[in-house]
Amino acid sequence: MIRYIHANDLDAFPLLKRTMFTDRADQFRNRLGWAVTVDEAGEERDDYDALNPLYVIWERADGRHGGSMRLLPTTGRCMVNEHFLHLTGGVRIESPLIWECTRFCLARETEPGTASALMLAGGEVMQGFGVEHYVGVFDSRMVRIYRRIGASPEVLGSQGDGREKVSVGLWGFSAEAQARVAASAGIAPGQSRAWFEAAFGAAPARVSAAA
Amino acid sequence: MGYVADTPATDGLLERLEQAKALEDLQTISEALRDRYRVDHFVYHWVSAGGEQYGCGTYDAAWVQRYVDKGYLRIDPVIQGCYQRFHPVDWKRLDWSSRAARAFRRDAIAHGIGNQGYSIPIRGPNGQFALFTVSHNCDDAAWEEFTTAHRRDLILMAHYFNKKALDLEPGRSPEAAQPLSPREVEALTLLAVGYSRAQVAQTLSISEHTLRVYIESARFKLGAMNTTHAVARAIARGSIVV
Repeated sequence: MIRYIHANDLDAFPLLKRTMFTDRADQFRNRLGWAVTVDEAGEERDDYDALNPLYVIWERADGRHGGSMRLLPTTGRCMVNEHFLHLTGGVRIESPLIWECTRFCLARETEPGTASALMLAGGEVMQGFGVEHYVGVFDSRMVRIYRRIGASPEVLGSQGDGREKVSVGLWGFSAEAQARVAASAGIAPGQSRAWFEAAFGAAPARVSAAA
Repeated sequence: MGYVADTPATDGLLERLEQAKALEDLQTISEALRDRYRVDHFVYHWVSAGGEQYGCGTYDAAWVQRYVDKGYLRIDPVIQGCYQRFHPVDWKRLDWSSRAARAFRRDAIAHGIGNQGYSIPIRGPNGQFALFTVSHNCDDAAWEEFTTAHRRDLILMAHYFNKKALDLEPGRSPEAAQPLSPREVEALTLLAVGYSRAQVAQTLSISEHTLRVYIESARFKLGAMNTTHAVARAIARGSIVV
């Protein structure tokens, strides 16, 4: 299932929390060879994890992390504006209508629909919170995955080669893309909505005027 | 509630906000916002990293005093649900199940706050936190129509309010306006001289999607609600020359 958890609520999900940060170490340090910081417990974190981001997490049936991404508003400190201005045409992207999506991570043995489920959840956030665009940082392997699930970003710029290649890209929202991603994830739109509402509260059922 | 289709609902109010010279001006602007949007209340509330609070808005003074006296800050589900968050919150989605929260809600409604509310949390620099709230008394359908129609404006307005409040904070020198990057200046200049978005995108060799994001970003830095407004402001500030 999809969980939406702010950093300061992660402690309520100890297994999910630990496996998310160890899977991040596995992906970004071991598989991609990025110069990330991994602590003695084998967990990867950076400065932005300390800013109470919103994590969108695919939780597997056994309660472990299957994949995740990290959302922050571009009106505050964020990675794109502090480290990747050279990939955005020098534009400091800053608006409450644009959020940053970073640390898109997939566990080694997760279900095939995980990336799609995360993108679907990203769409829920856009619709639920009035976010019009994401600006994201991702590795080159993700370009193919995004294309396959029907949610390709528009790449603003890239640096590095091979495994170390990092790109900055943009996503907008479209109902068509959302439908493609839902189909690719094998998740019914109603289910996706229910997970969002489980995290952020359900709107009460509409009461008719006659009631 | 009245809706204005084409002109920004905040027509003229953003200018007043930008020209505000003192925190008291934010009070009169929140009253004007309430009248403009035809809702019961607009409220802006901030808490600095040091715990100092400042608020302005249209709640009855008796309610504000009662809120403080009763220690409602610790009970109010809106505060609990918005603190350390950065997404807009419809009050209906919060957890009102505790006895204390239900009693608080009854008291708030009795003081004319309304049965509906929508709050936008803002994370400012250095631990500053603010909440921009609109509240009203109406049924769920009317409220959903209102928040759907105005969510975007409310989010932007919340951030512009906070920028201004930070500028006016005693002892703080106003931050220089965030300069536009050359790319943003180019994009706005071309729009100002009448290029269509497609033509601007082609001229700058970027996609229209990228252009939209650059314009959105420039618009926010300029404190504008729409692109026309952003172009006008950029010209007025001398950021672009046409």
